[in-house]
Amino acid sequence: MLVTAAVILALPLFLPNPFYYDVVIRIGMNAIMVVGLNLLIGYAGQISLGHAGFLALGAYASGILTGRYGWPPIAAMAAGMAGVGILAYVLARPILKLKGHYLAMATLGMGIIIFIVLTQESQWTGGPDGMSVPAFSLLGRELSGEKNWYWVTGALLMLALWLALNVIDSPVGRALRALHGSEVAAQVAGVDTSHFKVLVFVLSAVIASATGSLMAHYIGFITPTVSSFFHSIELVTMVVVGGMASIFGSVVGAAILTMLPQLLSGFEGFELVAFGAILMLTMIFMPRGLVPTLAAKLRRA
Amino acid sequence: MALLEVRDLDMVFGGVHAVQNLSFSVRPGTIHSVIGPNGAGKTTLFNMITGLYKPTRGAIYLGGDAVTAKPPHELARKGMSRTFQNLQICFNMSALDNVMVGSHLRLNQRLMPAMLRLPKLKKADSACREQAAELMKFVGVGQYVKADASQMPYGALKRLEIARALAAKPKLLLLDEPAAGLNNTETKEIDELIQKVAHSGVTVVLVEHDMKLVMGISDHILVLDYGKKLAEGTAEEIRRNPDVIVAYLGGA
Ligand SMILES: Nc1ncnc2c1ncn2[C@@H]1O[C@H](COP(=O)(O)OP(=O)(O)O)[C@@H](O)[C@H]1O
Ligand SMILES: [Mg+2]
Repeated sequence: MLVTAAVILALPLFLPNPFYYDVVIRIGMNAIMVVGLNLLIGYAGQISLGHAGFLALGAYASGILTGRYGWPPIAAMAAGMAGVGILAYVLARPILKLKGHYLAMATLGMGIIIFIVLTQESQWTGGPDGMSVPAFSLLGRELSGEKNWYWVTGALLMLALWLALNVIDSPVGRALRALHGSEVAAQVAGVDTSHFKVLVFVLSAVIASATGSLMAHYIGFITPTVSSFFHSIELVTMVVVGGMASIFGSVVGAAILTMLPQLLSGFEGFELVAFGAILMLTMIFMPRGLVPTLAAKLRRA
Repeated sequence: MALLEVRDLDMVFGGVHAVQNLSFSVRPGTIHSVIGPNGAGKTTLFNMITGLYKPTRGAIYLGGDAVTAKPPHELARKGMSRTFQNLQICFNMSALDNVMVGSHLRLNQRLMPAMLRLPKLKKADSACREQAAELMKFVGVGQYVKADASQMPYGALKRLEIARALAAKPKLLLLDEPAAGLNNTETKEIDELIQKVAHSGVTVVLVEHDMKLVMGISDHILVLDYGKKLAEGTAEEIRRNPDVIVAYLGGA
């Protein structure tokens, strides 16, 4: 936690131009999303291949409510979170009865449906061409410029890390890890496992929605591809590469996979290949992910 | 009044009649053993009592309340706790956290206080952590307080499950073959542990193959054979029961 705070505080000294700020801001936003997703996948052991859908719903809630109805951005963001929370709650009950491949398929289907809806309902969403989103503002002050976005994102990431670490280090966090480790053991110990599965699913969806709203305002333009299957996979890959059940792994995973396209910008079309290769190599050589593997090495040394 | 009462219980899996027309009751404060050859239906019986399986027929009462087919976490709330024949350990957690899962119901389980790290919750959580460490010492795995569950040997894991079950402060504790796979010394230690637990006021239902252990500590023994009750009584009565001698002890 302190290390992350130090990195966030010190980083501006090393960022030569707005382009680098932009990359770091995107890393921060992805990290917030991935911390939430890691609670679901890494800690509670429930896969989701559709979470980009929730991210997109948050983004579109902000885009539509601020752009068309003139809502204050913070209210639109809150409405998006509430709406996504309710949707996730309704979906979670039937979906989380499933396990393994079935759960993966159901969440995949959920993401695809969201993608289709966002593409088809073009009178609201602008269809495949996307829509522009007004700048973020609070109390009449507009948030603009990479530096300001940097500090806001940094502060929100710290908040997300703090909240997530608190959850993990609590009876709720133990219940989540226990239902991952042995569902029957958790049940006979008094853990209402379906309640906790729904809880973490909703929590991660709400975090996704909030991140989506932020991204929409920051980038200023959204298209349905935010909710694409590929984006969901990308987010899951961040969890896996950084490390399942590792909060700081989420930040590392987000950093690596957000920088990847930048590093490979000279090799058009190579991104996907590199992306697949990283996922495969992680699964083969570090199935626990980067941060837990390195932490174990350090402890042994 | 009986703490646990089972009435006309049946469990059918496809063609297998795992438990048939079984009735018995367990008095509070006793050690009640269930014995029978492999496949007799003992684990199935435990799974029905603890809500993991829904009985095909019959009823289960806990402290006089009908609890048939209630979900396991509700039964835990009513004071039921158990261990498993095939270990159910969370290997993604530390040994101590495994035990603390047992105290789940005694802590505030809501998200908001957890997320905001409310001091009251933190305090209760730390107190539970200390109690869990004490429990690990009590069951004889004190040396693993700082270990991950995945670093512990089989015998220690069996005790860790008992510690987790005790962390719930149960009224009724069901132990499914706690001494299976243990050597003589370890079995003797488990024997003493079960007696200590029973002395502390917990009612114990015990499934165990080790006859010396069962005959020595049980107040009451139920013998199952192919899912049916073959005999019931004190250790002495069971030892002398001709049906048991023929069917179970193989005439020995
Ligand atoms: N989930 C299940 N599905 C099908 N058959 C089962 C299941 N659980 C137990 N059985 C069957 O029920 C019978 C009793 O098994 P079990 O209760 O495990 O016996 P015990 O614990 O006395 O050795 C066995 O024939 C077993 O194969
Ligand atoms: Mg058995």
